[in-house]
Amino acid sequence: MRNVNVEIIKFLVLTLLVLVLPVVVHEGYLLNVLVFVGIHSILALALNLLLGYAGQISLGHAGFFGLGAYISGVLTATYSFNPWLAMLIAAAVVTFIAFAVGFPILKLKGHYLAMATLGLGIIIYIVFNEAVDLTGGPSGLSGIPNLRIGAFTFDTDIRNYYLIWTFALVAIGLSLNLVHSRIGRALRAIHDSEVAARVIGVNARLLKVQIFALSAALSAVAGSLYAHTMTFVAPASFGFNFSVELVTMVIIGGLASIYGSLLGAALLTVLPELLRAFQDYDIIVYGLLLILMTMFLPGGLAKGFPQAASYWRTKFRRGPSSDA
Amino acid sequence: MLEVRELTQRFGGITALENVSFTARKGEITGVIGPNGAGKTTLFNIITGIYIQTSGSVHLNGEDISRVPAEKLAARGLVRTFQNIELFGNMSVLENVMLGLHTRSSSGIFSCMTKMPWHLKEEKSIRQQAFEWLEFSGITDLAGQKAANLPFGKGRLLEIARAMAVNPSIMLMDEPAAGLNNSETHMLAALIRKIRDRGVTVVMVEHDMELVMDICDRILVLNLGRMLAEGSPREIQENPAVVAAYLGEG
Repeated sequence: MRNVNVEIIKFLVLTLLVLVLPVVVHEGYLLNVLVFVGIHSILALALNLLLGYAGQISLGHAGFFGLGAYISGVLTATYSFNPWLAMLIAAAVVTFIAFAVGFPILKLKGHYLAMATLGLGIIIYIVFNEAVDLTGGPSGLSGIPNLRIGAFTFDTDIRNYYLIWTFALVAIGLSLNLVHSRIGRALRAIHDSEVAARVIGVNARLLKVQIFALSAALSAVAGSLYAHTMTFVAPASFGFNFSVELVTMVIIGGLASIYGSLLGAALLTVLPELLRAFQDYDIIVYGLLLILMTMFLPGGLAKGFPQAASYWRTKFRRGPSSDA
Repeated sequence: MLEVRELTQRFGGITALENVSFTARKGEITGVIGPNGAGKTTLFNIITGIYIQTSGSVHLNGEDISRVPAEKLAARGLVRTFQNIELFGNMSVLENVMLGLHTRSSSGIFSCMTKMPWHLKEEKSIRQQAFEWLEFSGITDLAGQKAANLPFGKGRLLEIARAMAVNPSIMLMDEPAAGLNNSETHMLAALIRKIRDRGVTVVMVEHDMELVMDICDRILVLNLGRMLAEGSPREIQENPAVVAAYLGEG
């Protein structure tokens, strides 16, 4: 039961950090970056459940994120729905779509699954661009209202920060519970040996579709939050590039690591901001850093640091005498 | 009880199995032997739902399971082990056995995420039962180890513990002694007897004749996809057709 306590302490430390961070960081621009870290954390977490735990790739997750944002945006801005209700509808619709699409495409494996999800993402992206009457097309959809509780509206950076991070913490807590349960074990079993998992009675096909739907629904919630905090959405935010960025967050952060998703999301959100100092060369430095990280921290940030530490420790202990 | 009736399997023009029938009785160990290419693994893959046979049928405790997919068979009491051991390498030894209890627990995604009280109770009972099966296989001390780090012999014991956790009425073992040394094989023999004595029907494919003759109650001999002989170890050893198949017809 010691492990359980460690998990609780880790989670409490994170919660505390989230609570006090705005005391140090209270400037609008930086808070806004932290809002994005929060949204990206939910997305990376959602994708990690599918990619890191169940071992199934998706190159279309930006599409689910966008669907959440657009369904919420259109329902509130155009049809004056209550934003909370719109968020719920968005999650429900995306869950339904993911189930419908998941059954046929999750029969595919590896590169073929990557291609199918890539196609799905592109189709969704095209709809955002072309359904101009509904989505506003390439110029976007504006006038999306903020979320509110009674008379309290989430319309400032600090309010949005706490809103987003409340959702992120809940998502992290629920995911931690999930991965440490029979369902989490079954997911990792499918990842390690699908045939052995099936033979002991894990319904691999159904479970893969269920986790795909859960992952899509969580991404839709993140999209909905994005729409209501930004009050404006445009297709460019939900393209193929962003799907790849999400996969990068998960891999850099650490496959099958809940906190790794957080680290990956934080790094890939903050890094481009820091690299502005390099001006036109920022994209080159960014690429180089990613290459170096995958080379030297192959398990991702979450597992990589302990690994790297023990590597250098043994190297140091052996010292130069090992050559002799 | 497992009953195989007139099973035939063709792959294109090749007949892998032809008209094979046998019955494995409760509380007995049935050995399936034969030279390479005799159709032993094909037979196992059909019984466990990985292949679907060309004709014939398989019955488990009287029910036709010919077209039941692999993942539904565990809940009906049929499990198997693999020649090359299929473990969940990135998980602990204990977690591997806990997975064996998957079909005997039912918490869904939502009760797992929200830690519902019934889920926590179930989790506790799964953990406890998993420890009992580790003890059954004699590997309790390895509970916390990563499965991928186990030596081959211990991995075999873990695979058996995981299969037993499913609470099977029949266990199929594909070359359980392959890759084991002498003392490990002796331990395996004792363990397989222990499994039989719990009322589990055991069917095993095996090349180690000493082991087969030692622990099997009945033996089925396959050669080139056909049944060559069936009987007690003594009858098989004295059967001239079997001797010819093994030593080569001259």
